[in-house]
Amino acid sequence: MKVDTSSSARSQQENWQPVLELAVEEVFEIMLGCRVAPASRSEHKASGEFTAMIGLAGSLCGVLTVCCGAQTAKQLAKCMLGDIVTSEDQVADALGEICNMVAGNFKNKLTGMDGRCMLSVPTIIRGGEYEFHSLADGETLEVCVLFEGAPVAVRLELHS
Amino acid sequence: MDKIRALIVDDSSVMRKIVERSLRQAGIELERVMEAGNGAEALGVLRENRVDLILCDINMPVMDGLEFVRQMGTVENAKGVPVVMITTEGSESHVVQALSSGARGYIRKPFTPDQVKEHVVPVLGKKL
Repeated sequence: MKVDTSSSARSQQENWQPVLELAVEEVFEIMLGCRVAPASRSEHKASGEFTAMIGLAGSLCGVLTVCCGAQTAKQLAKCMLGDIVTSEDQVADALGEICNMVAGNFKNKLTGMDGRCMLSVPTIIRGGEYEFHSLADGETLEVCVLFEGAPVAVRLELHS
Repeated sequence: MDKIRALIVDDSSVMRKIVERSLRQAGIELERVMEAGNGAEALGVLRENRVDLILCDINMPVMDGLEFVRQMGTVENAKGVPVVMITTEGSESHVVQALSSGARGYIRKPFTPDQVKEHVVPVLGKKL
């Protein structure tokens, strides 16, 4: 799936919702061997004990976050690495890579973006006692998937 | 089939392990696997060791993958060693930049072991 990012299409960013969903589904299927599908965000709220975030800059600006509970983050890491996962650092690293791959996979599906959108390295927050304030003032896209029955929330806040 | 010595360069230790596992799943026999967290560390590894293959991320702190490939020629042990980029940066311009900098292959994350095999086996040539 490729989506045009020309100015006329950019104003209709709702077109990007299925692109983000596909980007998330592909990362889970290819890297974690697990099929996931979008779930209702109102029925499933991720606890937010682990949050990975990555910045996008250039022709597409904003921040993408992947958020889940501590146990879910550990299971995600085990799915990627197997039973060699022993530390919280590895869990954080794994969630950061998932965030990185979702962001990269998403922007790679948008045409007209060629080389003009850069990704930062991921940042990880442990613990849910924080408030997230983004200066992004554009559209927000959200995808929630269930991984082993627990919610994983992916949120993309875009600058207009 | 010869066993190979591989250098995996990525700032994520998780991704380094996944790349190593993917090489093994692709049927590539590994004599030794060395790791580096960025391009500068990788140059240090190459000054002390000979390798047959380098798999390298692009977005890394300190020294990114494209700069690493450009500077590889300054290290005697690294001359002629094939580099395959493994990265989320999948745009055509990144592919062109990587290949013109000296990389021999390009794999986009997320990737399967089959994709690793498809891109790595040809650059190893007679080594396999």
